[in-house]
Amino acid sequence: MTLQFLVDGLLMGGLIGLGAIGVTLTYSILRFANFAHGEFITWGAYATLAVAGVIGWMGGQHVGPLGPFSVGWPILAAGLIAMVLTGLLALALDLVLFRLLRARGNAIIMVMASFGASMALRSLLEFVFTSEPKYFSRDIQIAIPLGLGVRVTPDQMLMLGLTAALVVAVHLIVTRTTIGRSMQAVAENPELARVTGVNVESVIRATWLAGGALACAAGIMSGITVQVRPFMGFDLLLPLFAAAILGGIGSVPGAVIGGLIVGLSEAAAVPLVGGGFRAAVAFLLLIAVLLVKPTGLFGARE
Amino acid sequence: MSPAAVLAVDRLVAGYEPGVPIVRGASLRVGAGEIVVILGPNGAGKSTLVKSVAGLVPKASGRVLLGGIDITSLPAHLMVRNGLAFVPQTDNVFAGMAVADNLALAAAVLPKHQRAHGMDEMYTLFPDLAAQRRLGAGRLSGGQRQMLAVARALMVRPKLLALDEPSAGLSPKLVEMVFGRLADIRKTGVSMLLVEQNARAALAIGDRAYVLAGGENRHEGQAASLWKDPVIAELYLGAGRAP
Repeated sequence: MTLQFLVDGLLMGGLIGLGAIGVTLTYSILRFANFAHGEFITWGAYATLAVAGVIGWMGGQHVGPLGPFSVGWPILAAGLIAMVLTGLLALALDLVLFRLLRARGNAIIMVMASFGASMALRSLLEFVFTSEPKYFSRDIQIAIPLGLGVRVTPDQMLMLGLTAALVVAVHLIVTRTTIGRSMQAVAENPELARVTGVNVESVIRATWLAGGALACAAGIMSGITVQVRPFMGFDLLLPLFAAAILGGIGSVPGAVIGGLIVGLSEAAAVPLVGGGFRAAVAFLLLIAVLLVKPTGLFGARE
Repeated sequence: MSPAAVLAVDRLVAGYEPGVPIVRGASLRVGAGEIVVILGPNGAGKSTLVKSVAGLVPKASGRVLLGGIDITSLPAHLMVRNGLAFVPQTDNVFAGMAVADNLALAAAVLPKHQRAHGMDEMYTLFPDLAAQRRLGAGRLSGGQRQMLAVARALMVRPKLLALDEPSAGLSPKLVEMVFGRLADIRKTGVSMLLVEQNARAALAIGDRAYVLAGGENRHEGQAASLWKDPVIAELYLGAGRAP
């Protein structure tokens, strides 16, 4: 077994971590498991393709790839726009669905509604874009050997770098800014947050925006490394929850580290026990951690 | 009933569920610089009354005026910006956040240039907190936790500080310390509405008191005279009575 699994695992783990941040924030602040979160990943990837298409149509089609990477600036610009769009999609879904159900205060209804929303959002994409896989780029990249049998493509390095930057940015926002402290406060004690002057509704809006935007980033990563297809986000849903629970609900660093653990152990499982057990490994790990520490690695509460 | 009342509650009806009032037409006034105590047996609606004033329990009817301004239908998060700060009975600090982050969150309602000054003021007022600003609030001792809860509320320089049983769960020695600090804070001109089970401690620092029963006013008077009234002491003040 070579150490190549480290690269694949870190990439997959970073991607899962980005998605899991949204899951953990929604879970701790809105108090329900949002099963539609995977669709934000898928919609983010398709939105990026669509916006990149519009940029191309407006005259950017002759732009070549950027430096050693397989994608050019139109994809990167489209990614940024798509992150905003996916954040707005999450906000819109809250407005037409979750906000109304929240008033009744029944978490099970919210979870079931998110299942329904997930199916509706996915079917809508299949209807518009068909289930034919799509690609950000058809270029083939030459991997650069790093020694010890590890090879990395320029795209993979770019994505690892961008993921690290996003994670650090989100961590700093949550721990150092007023909106971040307000999010922690609402997650811990909404009533006390209100009497401290926190507008809970605006914290909820910020949570959806951030969760949607980060899911979109995960979708772009997944789209560049593999392909874009309507089930890409749904297939990531269980690893996302595994990562969020493993790291401890409510913890941003926990979600990222949980994601890395899930990603790395899945990648390590392939050469060790075969690809068929890939998904099972994450769950064995999850069960083991929960038996030892039910609050997850960084979780303070239930 | 001077027009300068800091807080005026007029025939307030409030409860968690529509049609099930817990507070049934209670009225009270807090004058400038006064400490007003609300006493009453368990289930009298004391906590619900003060929570409703703070905007946490829906009001069915009645009016609440703060410094003459109608705040009856103001949402809870705007109360602090209007000068009414509330310290809940339990879970009144963010245990998962550092002491400094608790105070920084409270300071966020102040204009940007006043925030650092506001936090420094609280550290001067409560030196124990200054020494432990990086500590998670959940790891503070009971008395220090209560001080953090009060500091969090005082940050906005409120006209009125409402406290729901600040003595709950504290040892007699700490109760004395907490009430001593409240008496000090009153000297800076903050009026207080104090809901208490511990009648002895509360009446010792209070100016006036209302006795609530069944969600309504039953008695009111000067703290000193209420304390001496044997019937009231027997009926409503119960275990908190001095020997």
